[in-house]
Amino acid sequence: MQLAPFLERLESSWASVAIRESILFYPLVETTHVLTLCLFLGLTATWDLRLVGLAMRGVPVSEVVGRLFPWSIAGFAIMVLSGSLLFLSSPVRASGNVFFQIKMVAIALAGLNAFVFHNTVFRWVAEWGESRRVPTRARVAGFCSLGLWAAVVVCGRMQAYNWFD
Amino acid sequence: MDWLPVFEWLEATSVGAAIRESLWLFPVIECFHLLALALLGGAVLVVDLRLLGLGIRSQPVAALGRSAQPWLVGSLAAMAATGVPMLLSEAIKCYYSPPFWYKMSFLAAAMLFTFTVRRFVVSAGGGRIAPLWRRVTAIASLGLWFGVGFSGRWIAFY
Repeated sequence: MQLAPFLERLESSWASVAIRESILFYPLVETTHVLTLCLFLGLTATWDLRLVGLAMRGVPVSEVVGRLFPWSIAGFAIMVLSGSLLFLSSPVRASGNVFFQIKMVAIALAGLNAFVFHNTVFRWVAEWGESRRVPTRARVAGFCSLGLWAAVVVCGRMQAYNWFD
Repeated sequence: MDWLPVFEWLEATSVGAAIRESLWLFPVIECFHLLALALLGGAVLVVDLRLLGLGIRSQPVAALGRSAQPWLVGSLAAMAATGVPMLLSEAIKCYYSPPFWYKMSFLAAAMLFTFTVRRFVVSAGGGRIAPLWRRVTAIASLGLWFGVGFSGRWIAFY
C-alpha cells in the first residue's frame, strides 16, 4: 500500500474536514492534548525522578511506579486519542514535518525503554526498591525516559511552527 | 484601574522586543513552559490524588506533600520565569484577550489556595482533617489549576 495516496485520502475524508473546519472541537482537542501532559508526563516524570534519585526518595520505588502506573497509562491513552484526532485533521502536512517524524521515533524509543525497564530490572524491584540509591540500570532508564519525553514535548510544540514545511 | 498603560509599558520593554524580533525565541520559551507544566502537574496530582484516597495510598499525606513541595515551588518558578517573557512579547494582545484575564484570576486563586488551605490540610496529616474535607480540598485544587491551564491554552485562540 502506498503511503502518500492513503494520507491524501485520509485528509479528504469527512472526519478530517470536520475537525479542521470546526470552531470549537479542534481547540478543545488541542487543549485536552496539552493538559493531559500533566497526568501522563507529570506522573511519569515523578517516577523517573525517583529512579534518578531527585524526588520522592523516602518512598519505595515499587510504590511510586506501581501506584502511579494506571494513572499514567490512562493519561497516555488520552494523549494518543487526542493526538490521533489532531493528526487526522492534517495528515499530509503532519507526516511530512520533520519534528513530527522525530517525535514519533522518540515515542517509540521511550516505549522501548519502558518495556525493557519493566521486564528486566523492575522485576526484582523488591530487592532494591526500598533503598534511596537505585541500581545503575534503573537510573539509566529514568534518565532515558526523562530525555526522550522532553524531546517528544519539544518536537510536538515545534511541529506547530511552519519553519520546515 | 485601567491596566492598559501598564501593558503598553510591558510591550515596550527590551526583552519583549527581543522576543518579538526573534524567529525561534518564543517557541523555545514555550517548550520550557510546557516542560515545567508537566512537572507542576505531577507535583500537584501526586498530592491531590492522595488526598482523594488514590495514587500512592501507602504513604502519609504529609510525607508526600513534603516530597512534592520543592517540585511544586520549582516548577511554579519555572512557569513564571518562562511565562513573563512571553507576556512581555505580546502584552497588548494579552490585554485584549479574555482567556488571559481568566488565567490570571485562576492563577491568583490557585496559588492563594495552594499555599494556605491546601498546605494546612496536607501538613495536618491523617488524624485531624476528615476525609471529606481532604477530598474537597483536592477537588478545589484540581479545579483551580485546571482553570489556569485551560484558559492559558486559549490565549492562543482568543
